Amino acid sequence: MNWAGLYTVLSGVNRHSTAIGRIWLSVIFIFRIMVLVVAAESVWGDEKSAFTCNTQQPGCNSVCYDHFFPISHIRLWALQLILVTTPALLVAMHVAYQQHQEKKLLVLTGHADPKHMEEVKKHKMRIAGSLWWTYVCSVVFRLLFEAVFMYIFYLLYPGYQMMRLVKCEAYPCPNTVDCFISRPTEKTIFTVFMLVTSSICIILNMAELVYLVVRACARRSQHHSNPSSGKSSFYGHKHSSEYKQNEINQLLTEQDGSLKDMLRRNSGLQEKGDRCSAC
Amino acid sequence: MDWGALHTILGGVNKHSTSIGKIWLTVLFIFRIMILVVAAERVWGDEQDDFVCNTLQPGCRNVCYDHFFPISHIRLWALQMIFVSTPALLVAMHVAYRRHEKKRQFRKGDQKCEFKDIEEIRKQRFRIEGSLWWTYTSSIFFRLIFEAVFMYAFYFMYDGFRMPRLMKCNAWPCPNTVDCFVSRPTEKTVFTIFMIAVSSICILLNVAELCYLLTKFFLRRSKKAGNSKQQPNHEDKEETKQNEMNELISDSCQNTVIGFSS
Repeated sequence: MNWAGLYTVLSGVNRHSTAIGRIWLSVIFIFRIMVLVVAAESVWGDEKSAFTCNTQQPGCNSVCYDHFFPISHIRLWALQLILVTTPALLVAMHVAYQQHQEKKLLVLTGHADPKHMEEVKKHKMRIAGSLWWTYVCSVVFRLLFEAVFMYIFYLLYPGYQMMRLVKCEAYPCPNTVDCFISRPTEKTIFTVFMLVTSSICIILNMAELVYLVVRACARRSQHHSNPSSGKSSFYGHKHSSEYKQNEINQLLTEQDGSLKDMLRRNSGLQEKGDRCSAC
Repeated sequence: MDWGALHTILGGVNKHSTSIGKIWLTVLFIFRIMILVVAAERVWGDEQDDFVCNTLQPGCRNVCYDHFFPISHIRLWALQMIFVSTPALLVAMHVAYRRHEKKRQFRKGDQKCEFKDIEEIRKQRFRIEGSLWWTYTSSIFFRLIFEAVFMYAFYFMYDGFRMPRLMKCNAWPCPNTVDCFVSRPTEKTVFTIFMIAVSSICILLNVAELCYLLTKFFLRRSKKAGNSKQQPNHEDKEETKQNEMNELISDSCQNTVIGFSS
């Protein structure tokens, strides 16, 4: 499982996202993950081996490195990217659940041919009803994770600028020792780049949140002003994913009940048959 | 997520590009990205380890390396290629949007829709006209700007394109002016010149594509002006269809479950 695996998992979610969501996903994969993999990882590749302290004291180098870099930038960014992209899986799970319900309904109503099943799999879910709430939650979580990681970054490495020289006096260094960081300018450039793209992603998430809320309010006001609009057939009822869901649940429980009866009857007959065959 | 994934993403855009655009994409992937990955990265692989300064002063080597190489050539090229290839995604998004609208039209059973099958819509190649022309031209324009900016940044940071063998450094904590030696300077110069040359070829291809699109646009416009009074204007058909589609969309109900609408 690597970044390519994550890309495969998340590109499925892309279909059910808004336009802003798709732009956000592209920015994440191209300007953050790809830059991390092809460029940033090689900049930080020798961060420990090229971290040099002006001392011969064994252990001083390691201790000072550990003191100034509790967690490497690269690992922090990797964690950030994983946590920020995974709320989208909530949406994927919800969509899969809805598709499963629709397929079940198709089976119950006798439309279970492969063509209809494929249609269910391919058709794009509208972001309405409970899916809207799931989607909004996922966007809120994304925002939260981004903000938390930006804050952690600021706490651990105040100023975002990588110094050329740090002064260290942790044991076993004999006194205050000069330690030199490798490639500080290049690291600063990439840190600033990743911060800027992170901010762009935060802005995109906020825009998406605002768009979803505005759309929901617009739809709601349209519904209030025009309550009889839309097809009134069971399957075509516009504003009713919950209504549809309730009906589906009802049908399913009825059918489950009758299925159970059927199974009981069948197993009863079978037992009788066994008993007869045993006679 | 690596160059292969970028290739997959951009390969889809290729279908809707002009011939010059396809040549540009090929040059980008074969002569720049591939060269970067299979050759240049190895040449610059030991750039810091083998950067040697004539001093035992701890830290002097780090500081001098950082002073002379604020950002490595390899990283600059990687960023350049990412930025230069992403405007093509604008075109991909626009095409996806158009395809989505056509599918919507098809599903409503519009008589004017000329496709018999969803598959045909998926495979259809859109002509570069109307709003797609503007998107495409903007994407080329952005490509040109990014190429130029990176070439300038390169020239500005490294004072020309030649890698010197020896650099004199007197940044603290180096005790005095110290000689520092760069590893593989000639090989690096060769690859730098190669990458700059290919970058220039890409700029030329982009300029040619821009001229081609502009010429096509003006020719089409003059043909339209000449034919407008004589016969029903087929060039307008695309815009009329687009208008009708927009009307349908704004009047339409939301999607019903597929297969149950009839």
